[in-house]
Amino acid sequence: MQSIVVKNISKSYGKKGEIAALHDISFEVETGSLFGIIGPDGAGKTTLFRILTTLLLADKGTATVEGMDVVLSFKEIRKRIGYMPGKFSLYPDLSVEENLNFFATIFNTSIEENYDLIKDIYVQIEPFKKRKAGKLSGGMKQKLALSCALIHRPEVLFLDEPTTGVDAVSRKEFWEMLKGLKAQGITILVSTPYMDEASLCDKVALIQKGQILTINTPQGIVDEFEYPLWAAKSANMLQLLNNLKNLPYIKDVYPFGEYHHIVLQSAEGVELLKKYVASQTAEKIEILKVVPNIEDCFIGFMNK
Amino acid sequence: MRQFLAFVKKEFFHIGRDKRTMFILLGMPVVQIVIFGFALTNEVKNAHIAILDNAKDPAANSLIQQIDASRYFDVEKNLVNYVQVEEEFRKGNIKLALVIPAHFNEDLIHFNKAQVQIIADASDPNVANTLTSYASAIIMDFQSRMTKNKSLPYTIQTELRMLYNPQLKGAYNFVPGVMAMVLLLVCTMMTAITIVKEKEMGTMEIILVSPMRPQLVVIAKAVPYLLLSLVNIATILILSVTALEVPINGSVLLLIGESILFTLVSLSLGLLISAGAASQQTAMFISLVALFLPTIMLSGFMFPIENMPLPLRTMSNIVPAKWYYSIVRAVMIKGLGISGVWKETLVLTGMMLFFLTMAIRRFKIRLA
Repeated sequence: MQSIVVKNISKSYGKKGEIAALHDISFEVETGSLFGIIGPDGAGKTTLFRILTTLLLADKGTATVEGMDVVLSFKEIRKRIGYMPGKFSLYPDLSVEENLNFFATIFNTSIEENYDLIKDIYVQIEPFKKRKAGKLSGGMKQKLALSCALIHRPEVLFLDEPTTGVDAVSRKEFWEMLKGLKAQGITILVSTPYMDEASLCDKVALIQKGQILTINTPQGIVDEFEYPLWAAKSANMLQLLNNLKNLPYIKDVYPFGEYHHIVLQSAEGVELLKKYVASQTAEKIEILKVVPNIEDCFIGFMNK
Repeated sequence: MRQFLAFVKKEFFHIGRDKRTMFILLGMPVVQIVIFGFALTNEVKNAHIAILDNAKDPAANSLIQQIDASRYFDVEKNLVNYVQVEEEFRKGNIKLALVIPAHFNEDLIHFNKAQVQIIADASDPNVANTLTSYASAIIMDFQSRMTKNKSLPYTIQTELRMLYNPQLKGAYNFVPGVMAMVLLLVCTMMTAITIVKEKEMGTMEIILVSPMRPQLVVIAKAVPYLLLSLVNIATILILSVTALEVPINGSVLLLIGESILFTLVSLSLGLLISAGAASQQTAMFISLVALFLPTIMLSGFMFPIENMPLPLRTMSNIVPAKWYYSIVRAVMIKGLGISGVWKETLVLTGMMLFFLTMAIRRFKIRLA
């Protein structure tokens, strides 16, 4: 069963539609799964979320949520989904409790009715329930926003960049919460610019400049990476990067943490690289083989 | 209904927690009434004048005393020649000078005729006009007292009666004006801003993705301001009756009813502005330029509409405050009933329906 079905969606902005935000996007999300939309800022993630949450109309294509068309049945969809926009969108002058109460009421429910669903998340911010939402820390704001989005027990949850601007520990906690929600049978569509979060999803779509690069499981995407990948490090990293760029058997090289990642054209390149490293006696270069991750794959797809 | 009430409650939280804004909203009518009532006034009182008395006889003395005794004039200086008169005007010490010729008393008695000269500083023409007419009136009064015992061949006596406002108080004019201004400010500007604020903060996004009907959202945002306006109407009326002694001659209920009608017009206008404006600044700017200025200039409150050229007179018809202003004057000052203001009421009702329909039709159920 598919909770979200997107077919050939296109959307552009500007008077003449000159700024394309989404170009011919299609994908499906299985009920009860955690689907990640991974892409850098400006890739079109927020536009896609707004179309699916019935807030924007697509120029072309169709989309359904829980089998209902996002244009024709927008009223029915609005009853069944939870949406957490990228920007913190609660009332800063209302306390934690008042915010939650307000959203529970306008979604025709009460905190008590669905407390079990938000309990694990809400207990963490409950000590601060009298505090104004505007005075919460970034991580707590996200927890409150998630509680508000969940309070009416939605069937599908849309989270637009929920972990942007949140510290590493809170991010990890947040993903743990999402796993818990998934276990309750809620379909979750989440977007993020952080590549390392992709591995936490059941399935991901890599998106860039309004186009989907690939859709696969995180492992599947890594497996798709067909070139040998090595990492190199030396005392002068910039010099090394420029030197490596000029080697014909290297397909791509880019800085990656404290190493440079080297994508080789083919398996034969490995020997040539080793020879090159040995020949550079003036500067000691350290190389090692690495397993590609989602970010390597993303860069690979981008350069295709 | 539960959703609606929760929304209204939330609005009250917003207003109540923003102490500064609430203070402005509730304090504004008080401040305006006080400023217009006691500080800003075009009534002339205690104007400084100088006397050049060349006669120094009994008639001149009693004329000067009579002028000095009036509350309009304060005799600042007694001068001795024309050069000083000019000097005092130049220095700006006096607004008006009264010149009494030599032999004033004798001329009056022997020739039945005497002249006095009034010189006024016309750099402010309105004040000069008012002062010279006050001075002439006092001199006429002085003359009629002198001729009291004699019979003149022909006399026409004018008897003035100022209807509805016998004391010619400015307050009768501005209380209705302040009411229109305050209601318009509170309702239009605040509703426009509060809705646009939700758009700016991003909370509108979540509210739209809720089962609550968008029309209900719009109305719920307006309700607190309607109540706030009622408080303001009460404040203005109580202040004007107690502090300014402006009576409510007509029915208080009718006056409040008409005020609520005008509040609804203003609220609908605010909603209409919010539907089109993307930022709080835009909303504020539209409210001020498109509403506040015409209200001050074209409602008849500051400048009489009858004196305006035809295009402006025609334009004034689309300013809601003009109609409300004349309703309040009719009900409050003249004491008329609904039969006297049905036309204006009808116009306001029409405006309200028009703006409200437009606002609800233009309210977006999506973001773009």
